[in-house]
Amino acid sequence: MIPLSYYVILSSIVFVTGLVGVLIRRNIIIILLSVELMLNATNINFVAFSHFFQNMTGQVFVFFALTVAAAEVAVGLAIIIALYRSKNTINVDEFQLLKW
Amino acid sequence: MATFFFFYFAGVIVLTSFLVVALRNPVYSALSLLIMFFHVAGLYVTLHAEFLAAVQIIVYAGAILVLYLFVVMLLNVRQEQRYHPQVKLGVLLGVTVLAEVLLLAYYRSFVPPVLDAAPAGVVESTGNTESIGELLYSTYLFPFEVASLILLVAMIGAVILAKKDLFSEQ
Repeated sequence: MIPLSYYVILSSIVFVTGLVGVLIRRNIIIILLSVELMLNATNINFVAFSHFFQNMTGQVFVFFALTVAAAEVAVGLAIIIALYRSKNTINVDEFQLLKW
Repeated sequence: MATFFFFYFAGVIVLTSFLVVALRNPVYSALSLLIMFFHVAGLYVTLHAEFLAAVQIIVYAGAILVLYLFVVMLLNVRQEQRYHPQVKLGVLLGVTVLAEVLLLAYYRSFVPPVLDAAPAGVVESTGNTESIGELLYSTYLFPFEVASLILLVAMIGAVILAKKDLFSEQ
């Protein structure tokens, strides 16, 4: 029997990897992929706790997180395409329209 | 055996998630994310969440990642510098947060309480998919409908955002 803390450690490693990826990469597509990493880390946590507490609610929440992830990807990639049309780059340093 | 499978899946998940962040080519990043999704699905199977494992492969690996690869190949941008100038700060922050979480997990290792009676929602005789379905269509019916609305709004938003003449006035 694997202790629950192993799953928590695994998901925190994946989450922090995604967080660092969001912070250090310039390519906006990789940034969205890192967001997917973070969502998967939370999903691992949900399923592990659901298994250890013998409660199905965690798995239902993973289902909802999956729905939101799909919506996020659709809108995010559409925004990337619109940005590429207007700036002709996907480097996040070039996107400073809202900066002041 | 369960220990072996856990460490195999966990090792591959950690390795491929590092590769997603570290690799230069976005196509390779997306492909290593694909490997990670498959191993997360395997981890779900060891946790007796078979339905979620299937959904993980169908939705994440089948739909979301194909969408990513489409956009990567559509844009096809070469870039020289892959890391932001704030790379040191980002890594420092990541190491700090990770050390904090690991210390917490080490000192307060969580022991789940012993459940005396079988709680609602889990009956071993019914399958995993069946119990998720019953919970989804009874207790979480309203959030389920809201999720479908979110998908509809995302679909319309994606179509409008990706339209060519978004910023030009007719």
